Formats: sequence, C-alpha cells, structure tokens
Amino acid sequence: MKTSSMKRKITALLSGVLFGAGLLLSGLADPAKVIGFLDVSRISNGTWDPSLMVVMTGALAVYMSLFYLVVKPNIRAGLAPVFDAKYHLPEKKTLDSQLVLGAALFGLGWGVVGICPGPAIVNIATLDINLGLFVLAMLFGLYIGKQLKSAQLNMVKAS
Amino acid sequence: MELSSFAAALGGGVLIGLSAILLMIFNGRIAGISGILSSAIFPDKKWTDKQFTGEKSSDNADDESGPAWQWFFIAGLVLTGVIYTLVYEQLGLPVFEFDTVSQPMLLIGGLLVGLGCSLGRGCTSGHGICGIGRLSLRSIVATCVFIAVAAGTAVFIH
Repeated sequence: MKTSSMKRKITALLSGVLFGAGLLLSGLADPAKVIGFLDVSRISNGTWDPSLMVVMTGALAVYMSLFYLVVKPNIRAGLAPVFDAKYHLPEKKTLDSQLVLGAALFGLGWGVVGICPGPAIVNIATLDINLGLFVLAMLFGLYIGKQLKSAQLNMVKAS
Repeated sequence: MELSSFAAALGGGVLIGLSAILLMIFNGRIAGISGILSSAIFPDKKWTDKQFTGEKSSDNADDESGPAWQWFFIAGLVLTGVIYTLVYEQLGLPVFEFDTVSQPMLLIGGLLVGLGCSLGRGCTSGHGICGIGRLSLRSIVATCVFIAVAAGTAVFIH
C-alpha cells in the first residue's frame, strides 16, 4: 500500500525534527559544551559541565520506559509497529572485537572534535566551512567502514 | 550547573527520547544517526539479492518509490537546524563555534567518527539511547567504550 510508505516517511520527518530540536535545546549540538562534559579533568577546578549526562538520563528515561511498556509487549505478542510489517532490530547479540574497535575509534574522534553524527547534521544549516570539512570526512569514514564490512562479508561467504 | 541549563539538558533529552521511541513504535526503526546516514547515502543493493534468489517482493518493497525514509529523517534534522539559524538572533540563542581544533584535526576527527560508527555499528544515538534503552549488551559495552575513550582523549587534547 502506498499510504503506509507515505506515513512511514512523514513519521521519519517528524522524528527527525524532534531529534534536531532535542539536540539544539540540550546543548549537545554545541561542540564546546560536549568537550566541557568529556574533559573530566575540569571536575577538579569546578568547571566541568555534566549536561550530557542529564541529556542521556532524560532520553533514556523516556525511551526505556516506552520500549518496555509498548514495544517489548508488542514483540512478545507477535504484533507489528503501527506503519510497518515488523520491528527492525539488530540480530547480532554477542560481543566482538570489531564492535569494541569501532566504538574506540569513534570515541577517539569524538573526544578530539566534540561532534558526533547527529549534531554534525543538525548544524549543516550554519554553512560553517569547518563543520563542512568534518561532515565530509565523516561521510568518507562511513563509506570506508561500509566497504570494509562488505569485503569481510564476502570473505566469510567465500570461505 | 545553572537550573536553566539543567532544565534545557533534561528537556532536550526528553525530546530526543520521544523522537527515537516514536520512530520505533510507528516504524519499528532504530533512530541511529550514523546508520541512517549510511543507509541513505550508501544504500545496500538488496534488490539484486532478491532478484538473484527469486524472492517475492516483501510486504513493503513494492511501495518504496521515491527517496528512502532515511532521507526524510535527515531532512527533519536539517530543517530544525535551518529554523535555528533563522531565529537564534531574535531569541538570543547561542551560536556554536566549530574552530576549537585545527582543520587537519577536524578532518582526522571526522574520519575517525565515521569509520568508528560504521565498524562499531552505531553512535551516541543508536547505541547510547536506543541500544541501552532496550538493554542491549553490545550497546552497553560500545557506549562505555566510546565515552571512556572520548573522555580520555578530551582530557589529553583540551
């Protein structure tokens, strides 16, 4: 049905708008504020900014409670989301070295610049050249990662 | 920390949580920004596999004409940013600076963020909120690793 596809896309648009508003309101879109949180050495002189922890607490409180109140019971009952035929959840459950390596590389980049993917995109409208450089490099990184993962998948298939 | 900045952080967090759970309840999708970006810009050519295996087009494959849903989410994010740049002066909202580190560092940082999110299959949103929000072990480990490494790096660099 064409209508459910349209409804999914409108939901995605609204979700993106809300997400962007949350990033901007919370201060997460401001690299200086993110560094102010990540640089924990500032605890000693009292200039540490715990905002990011508050943002995560607020987001998790909402997400986790509604996930366990609505989504989890739906999945158990074999029900689908409102506009799609199934829930699209990751199938991988076990830890692997690639997860840890990837998270460490991401942490390294995030700690240097103070920008993660959401804030990078919400700030595109500033047309700031420095942010533009970051976004291009980030997209290139995503592309390399994708190529590495598909090469790895082909090796597994071939063996 | 001032009360207003605490309230803004909490309110912003609630909005992010609402946005992410909305996408899960209605579309069954994870609001992971790095994954959404990657799927939109570098999409999988799943249809070739389907043609190859002769699989019938699934429940929603036949009606996915036009841009993928991921582009609509990105458009929403960008739209909010556009509105912000139009109103921040009148409302006395802060301007953000992106020149705290040199341009080579910005490029290296961006590359690491992109590559890391791709290999680690998620960023702050996908692992830190959606993943921890459903108590995924992988996401809990990933989030602890990237926050610890980012904090260590920030202390070292800034």
